[in-house]
Amino acid sequence: MTVQYVSQYSSEYKNNVSQLPGQSLEWLKSFRAEAFDRFSSTGFPSLREEEWRYTNVSAIEKKLFSPLAIVDTGVVDKSWLTDFVLDDCYTVVLVNGHFSSDLSSLDDLSTDVAVLSMAQALDQKPETVQKYLAQAVSNEEHSFVAFNSAWFTDGLFIHIPSKIVLDKPVQLVHLTTQAECLSTTRNLLIVDEMAEAKVIETFVGVDSAYLSAAVTEVFVEKNAELTLFKVQSEGDKAYHFGGTYVKQARDSRFNHHNFAFGGLLARNDIHTNLDVASECDLNGLSLGIKRQHIDNHTRIKHLQPHAISRELYKGVFNQRARGVFQGRVFVAEDAQKTDSEMNNRNLLLSADAEVDTKPQLEIYADDVKCAHGVTVGQLDEKSIFYLQSRCVDKETARNILTFAFANEMVDKVQLTSLRELLLGQLLKRFPQAGVDKQWL
Amino acid sequence: MLKIENLHVSVGDKPILKGLNLEINAGEVHAIMGPNGAGKSTLSHVLSGKPGYNITEGKVTYMGEDLLDMDPEIRSREGVFLAFQYPVEIPGVSNIYLLKAALNSIRKHNGLDEVDAMDFLTLVKDKIKLLEMDEKFLYRAVNEGFSGGEKKRNEILQAAILEPKLCILDETDSGLDIDALKIVAEGVNSLRSTERSFLMITHYQRLLDYIKPDIVHVLADGQIVKSGGPELALELEEKGYQWVEGQAA
Repeated sequence: MTVQYVSQYSSEYKNNVSQLPGQSLEWLKSFRAEAFDRFSSTGFPSLREEEWRYTNVSAIEKKLFSPLAIVDTGVVDKSWLTDFVLDDCYTVVLVNGHFSSDLSSLDDLSTDVAVLSMAQALDQKPETVQKYLAQAVSNEEHSFVAFNSAWFTDGLFIHIPSKIVLDKPVQLVHLTTQAECLSTTRNLLIVDEMAEAKVIETFVGVDSAYLSAAVTEVFVEKNAELTLFKVQSEGDKAYHFGGTYVKQARDSRFNHHNFAFGGLLARNDIHTNLDVASECDLNGLSLGIKRQHIDNHTRIKHLQPHAISRELYKGVFNQRARGVFQGRVFVAEDAQKTDSEMNNRNLLLSADAEVDTKPQLEIYADDVKCAHGVTVGQLDEKSIFYLQSRCVDKETARNILTFAFANEMVDKVQLTSLRELLLGQLLKRFPQAGVDKQWL
Repeated sequence: MLKIENLHVSVGDKPILKGLNLEINAGEVHAIMGPNGAGKSTLSHVLSGKPGYNITEGKVTYMGEDLLDMDPEIRSREGVFLAFQYPVEIPGVSNIYLLKAALNSIRKHNGLDEVDAMDFLTLVKDKIKLLEMDEKFLYRAVNEGFSGGEKKRNEILQAAILEPKLCILDETDSGLDIDALKIVAEGVNSLRSTERSFLMITHYQRLLDYIKPDIVHVLADGQIVKSGGPELALELEEKGYQWVEGQAA
């Protein structure tokens, strides 16, 4: 009997499951089977779902992207890596969703910490993976998560034991080298009590349509700290889905810097759950040009007292680009003394650019400090005139102000090598902000 | 240096300046006083080229050229400097780079090479002492988070570095306490020269105790209704603006 599935991905790739890593693990097989059923019952999210109202992903269903086998790293165009790999980090490279040990560099990594590909982790540390997988996000969250659980091919596994401060950041590079490719990756980042780490997720790929679907689960244990950067610089025709789901224990800190530059359609979900006196700082910068669609959904749950959340998302949209921001802050009844601030600021540079922004506060505690603000606008005429009165011509004044608006988010990045990479990306996406080096 | 003849300016349909005449020669310091709403700020905005004003009649000649025909950045490069009543905050652009870009724009306009980085730094540090400002200000975003007094001092610092020919001070004294006023006035006085002219716009006579004008004008209802020496300011202080408002029209 042939089953008729809602999504052709279910019918086409039902049997692929047998080629995925972790075949010997019964718990994983049933986890994937459950995720497959979950995805198959609904297919990809539709515009009817509130969380997907502004983002139409039906093109992904129409196209049928295909998972690729491991490629010979000899044929990989290394220029991708020279442009994006930072030389002061440990490097883990995934090519079309598969770990490449040739392209990765983990020399001098302390034996105390585990930085592995997900396939290696399933082989070497299956109990740890089992303990954490799907603990920060469930397959019910939405069907992209279920899709990812059913078919992830590889990913990054990091486990930093208690009190260890990782000496260098780990840079994860997702590289897609072929058109029509489907790359589905799953990452687990575990930072134990009092430990500290910095991780950079980088997404790059060819100038053709492909789908990159990554889910990252993060566990920041008691009094630990993780700074996570995401540099999404996919090819201009790419579809990108990225979910980052965080569980923060008591007194922990999670800092996120989310740079959405590439892709034809890009969607990010960033969720964090805050325990007692933990802190999160979510930063985002979206730069949309041409017909790009960039959607950021954030959700901060204050579940316990005394936690602090800060959020600043900025967007610059030119030509026919479209931005979506939905930021939810939830404060549970027990989360007294919550201190939360959320801001979303958008700059529209053309009459055809568009932004839909929706901050939401849901507060059940009565002794809290919660603020939120949204702006959507053009460049400030007063500022343009001020610069003109200081000898700067109007066009340059506009460019400087645009650049300065975006650069505020780049400036927050403490890693010099990464900041320079981001600056390069910013100037590449906005050549009209051909700002003289003297402004930097 | 500057000659304003029969200047009529409206905002929308509302006439603000109604036939203003004023002539400033090189090296002179002129003060324009007047009640709120007389058109003082409109005059400073029109001279610096701020958009949003309709010039319905009259002309303004600066160094023999038609000033109203120039874009704002050309006016500033030609040496017209406006110290803003409300300096604008520009997050993301540091003070020092704005100063450098502005100075280099003027130099380029005058056919000179860009300023040498070391020379520039020496110049800026020299001027910043004059205004009793901390060097840290240079590396902060333009006016962002500055107090009222710091913003006004920063305007004068810019003037000190750009060395304009005509310096328009729009209510530079408003909101300053006496100590800050003295510092700003000292900065302005150090810029006085036989080549440089000043147009000080103020609501309060107090400023003129510290920056001695050559000529005082009273602006009321869009026209200059009275001109005289520094003693006019004192007379105004004593009698109040009603005294001159009665003489308008």
